[in-house]
Amino acid sequence: MNLDIQVEEHENESIARVTGEVDVYTAAKLKDTLIPLAEKENHRLVIDLSGVEYIDSTGLGIFIGALKAAEKSGSTLKLTGLNERVRRLFEITGLHEVIDIEADKREEA
Amino acid sequence: MVQTAENIAMKVPAKPEYVGVVRLTVSGVASRLGYSYDDIEDIKIAVAEACTNVVNHAYTEQSASNDMHVNFAVHEDRLELVVADEGGAVDTEFFNRERGPVSKDQPVDELKEGGLGLFLIETLMDEVEIRGEKGVMIIMTKFLQRDEVEPNGRRASEESPEHQ
Repeated sequence: MNLDIQVEEHENESIARVTGEVDVYTAAKLKDTLIPLAEKENHRLVIDLSGVEYIDSTGLGIFIGALKAAEKSGSTLKLTGLNERVRRLFEITGLHEVIDIEADKREEA
Repeated sequence: MVQTAENIAMKVPAKPEYVGVVRLTVSGVASRLGYSYDDIEDIKIAVAEACTNVVNHAYTEQSASNDMHVNFAVHEDRLELVVADEGGAVDTEFFNRERGPVSKDQPVDELKEGGLGLFLIETLMDEVEIRGEKGVMIIMTKFLQRDEVEPNGRRASEESPEHQ
C-alpha cells in the first residue's frame, strides 16, 4: 500500500504526479501535499494521476477538498492521466461535471 | 436444495492500514472464483468503502472493541461479502442519509468531501443490505457472470443463464 507524490513547482503552476493507491490509509499524505498547493493564490495546479492504480471515495474527497481550496484562492485545478477505472469512478460519482478533467485520449483519437 | 457456502472470515483492527489488507484478500478470493477484471475492481472498492466506514465511524476511544469483522461467503453463483463492526449504538442517520452523485449545479464550496462511500457500494454491487446489529453490518452481493447493465447503460453481456 504505497503512495508516492512528486511535486514540480513553477512560478504560476505546480504539477503533482501521484503514483500508487489512494485509500483511507494513504489519503492523509495526499491531502497534506495537495491542499497547500491548492491554497496558493492565482496558481494553476495540475494533478497527474497516470500512476494511480486504485482510488476510492476517500481519495475522491481529497480532490473535492483541493478544488474547494483552489476556488477560494482564485486558482485552478486540473486532473490528467486518469486510467479507465479511475475515470469511471469520477463519472459514476458525477465529479467529472465539477472537476476539470483532461479529455479521454482514446475518444479524441 | 440448499448449497452450503464456503466461508472466509477475517477479523482485523479497525485501522486505516488494514483496509488495504482486506482489499488484497478479497481481490485474491474474487480472482480465484473467476470474476472479470472490472468486477474484481468493483468488489475491491465496495469492500474498502465498507471498511473505511468502520474505520471512520464505528468506534471511539472508549469502545471496548476495535475490530472489523469481514466475511466472504463463496456461493456457486455469487460472492456475499459482509463487513461488520461492534460499535453499538447504530446511527440511524447513517442509514437514511440521502445518497447520490454530485450535482454539477451545486456550488463548489457546498460540495462535501465525504458521503460518496455508500453511494459507490450501492452502485458497484448487485445487492446491498445494511443492518443494525451489534453495530453496523453491510452485506454486499456480487453475482458471477450475471447479465448486468452497467451504470452508464452499457450492457456487459447479452448472454446469461437464467438464475432463479
